[in-house]
Amino acid sequence: MNYLKSLVAAAVLATCSISVSSADTLKIGYIDPLSGHFALAGDTGLKHFRYAADRINEAGGAGGMTVEIVPFDNKVNPKESLVQLQKAIDQGIRYIVQGNGSSVASALIDAINKHNKRNPGEEVLFLNYAAVDPAFTNDRCSFWHFRFDADADMKMAAMTDWLAKQDDIKKVYILGQDYSFGKAVANAAVTMIAEKRPDIEIVGNELHPLGKVKDFTPYVQKMMTSDADAVITGNWGQDMTLLIKAASAAGHNVPYLTYYGGGLGAVATMGEGAIGLVKQITEFHQNIDTSEEQVANMDRFQERYGTDYYYQRVFTLMEMFDKAVDEVGENDPVKVAFALAGMEHETPYGPVSMREDNHQLIQPLFISTFSDDVSRTLEGTAFGFTTDPDGNINGDATRTATTCQMERPS
Amino acid sequence: METFFFSLLNGVIYGLLLFMLSSGLTLIFSMMGVLNFAHASFYMLGAYFAYTIGSVTGFWIALFLAPILVGLAGAGVERWGLRKVHTNGHLAELLFTFGLAYLIDELVKIIWGKIPVPYEIPAALDFPLFTLFGAQYPAYRIFMLVVSIAMLAGLWFLLKRTRAGLIIQAALTHPHMVGHLGHNVPRVFMIVFGFGCALAGLAGVIGGNYLVTEPAMALSIGPIVFVVVVVGGMGSLEGAFIASLLIGLLQTFAISIDTTFAEIFAFTGLSPLSDLGRISIASLAPMLPFLLLVLVLMIRPRGLMGEREI
Repeated sequence: MNYLKSLVAAAVLATCSISVSSADTLKIGYIDPLSGHFALAGDTGLKHFRYAADRINEAGGAGGMTVEIVPFDNKVNPKESLVQLQKAIDQGIRYIVQGNGSSVASALIDAINKHNKRNPGEEVLFLNYAAVDPAFTNDRCSFWHFRFDADADMKMAAMTDWLAKQDDIKKVYILGQDYSFGKAVANAAVTMIAEKRPDIEIVGNELHPLGKVKDFTPYVQKMMTSDADAVITGNWGQDMTLLIKAASAAGHNVPYLTYYGGGLGAVATMGEGAIGLVKQITEFHQNIDTSEEQVANMDRFQERYGTDYYYQRVFTLMEMFDKAVDEVGENDPVKVAFALAGMEHETPYGPVSMREDNHQLIQPLFISTFSDDVSRTLEGTAFGFTTDPDGNINGDATRTATTCQMERPS
Repeated sequence: METFFFSLLNGVIYGLLLFMLSSGLTLIFSMMGVLNFAHASFYMLGAYFAYTIGSVTGFWIALFLAPILVGLAGAGVERWGLRKVHTNGHLAELLFTFGLAYLIDELVKIIWGKIPVPYEIPAALDFPLFTLFGAQYPAYRIFMLVVSIAMLAGLWFLLKRTRAGLIIQAALTHPHMVGHLGHNVPRVFMIVFGFGCALAGLAGVIGGNYLVTEPAMALSIGPIVFVVVVVGGMGSLEGAFIASLLIGLLQTFAISIDTTFAEIFAFTGLSPLSDLGRISIASLAPMLPFLLLVLVLMIRPRGLMGEREI
């Protein structure tokens, strides 16, 4: 009997200590691929989030609470993501971050909208660091979703502005992954090129299955046969790496205008053949002029995690989240969401602001080119990216009109 | 013209890689009468072994050592695993290889991690061999072609022109008779199983750096290899050879054809804007091997060259 009593007491104590510890920790669920074809992308994202959380905790935490990143492996599968989301919610997690795959983000937005409607007082917030289907901040915008990367349209607008100035480009080939994001990129490219340079002929507009193509040589062959002067692609992860691998093996010497050409793994496979040809439009690359403090910060990250510093937007996301929680002073997603909307923030690369009308972050973008003449190199190679002479794009210039009609909780 | 030439070359190389995998599988099938679900896992092991050995000794030694190691692993699996399960019938064997595939998958994840390893093409072969129609052709692919053809010739010679080959062929069809003649049939089976796995390992060594070396590689090529074996006819090496080339060429050529359904079926008035009309042949490429599988099973269930029904 005594034994039973002490057991009960121990159990009560244990539950108490759990509830105490959960009061001082702020858990963020990280739902991204940690196995399978896109594991490299997901794994690197996780390292950035962990480092950002460490930095917040070293500075006293968010609103005095310790930030903890809890990883969930979704294998870039929307269905699996919903299972993982439920798991996260069951663990009492109120903040979800995700980025790889607009198909996944789309499923998460729907599920979180539903969850929040059905469970008032237990709302969950979705902070999206990389899924860039424009619909999420337009027709399908949600009060519970915030995006910290420029959407596909914003990037394409900047890319086509650059394209419009290149008089020697007459034929363009568009290749993308066959899902909502790839289609969004292709549509944006077609409409914007028709607007800005009606003389450019689109000689190919093709989608390939996501993560299934092992050898892009036949696709590269097609591009070469079509005499394209430039290639536009939204590919990411392994699809980007293998495309560039095939292109440089075949000696396809035309500019590749990419969203994720500097993505992890791509640089190591590109090699000399890609110098001056692979361009990317991003919110960050390592050779943008910045403060010494930020350089030291990048070095510290690379030392601690043994991988390149790539997702500046993860730090922007976490810093703004930290600021919002500090402002609110408690773990309340609704209040945090109101604090985030309209927030202005200073990053090492310029001012950013979160649009109140559609929850899209406005930030400076940079067009950069693969080069061997850079001060900070990537992935242990002698290569890196350098900003183009006319590659600095002011945040305000990327602002697009939105169709968002947001419903806010009263 | 250039599209045709390059598609032909790429298709043949991909086809030969498939054959290297499926030849082992089909040999093992004719022996055990059971499909080895773990076969693609041995292909993956080949790539990982080559990566690890290669980082110490360089690529060339790994090219020989890795398949031998995979072959030994395969022989071990037969000797201490399958042989015991064999007494319980085909279903038990099938389930055994099924479990083994998952086991190897998880082991690879534990040892080498979940993300791809940087298994690179050796520097000595990393240059464009020739330029044709303005496109460069990488030397490594021609190397793959040479290795595949050498393996094909070696396999043919071994099976058709040597005494060992005769015994193997006889043991495949009449194991009891061969046993009565004084040959150690279980040992022949073990050698054939190990040899089939070594072939898969060799495919992994030369395919791992051409494609990507990652824990999901077995899963992504496994289904295609089964398609090859079924389409070619279970247990038929000639059939596997024809089916491998057929599927390699089919997939590569399909990607280069942009014709949409709307254009093919224009006479039916199919609109190019409709969901069906928009589908192009190129976008069907990943599906074609499986379409072939279904068609072959419907029209000719024993496969192109097979001798027995499934």
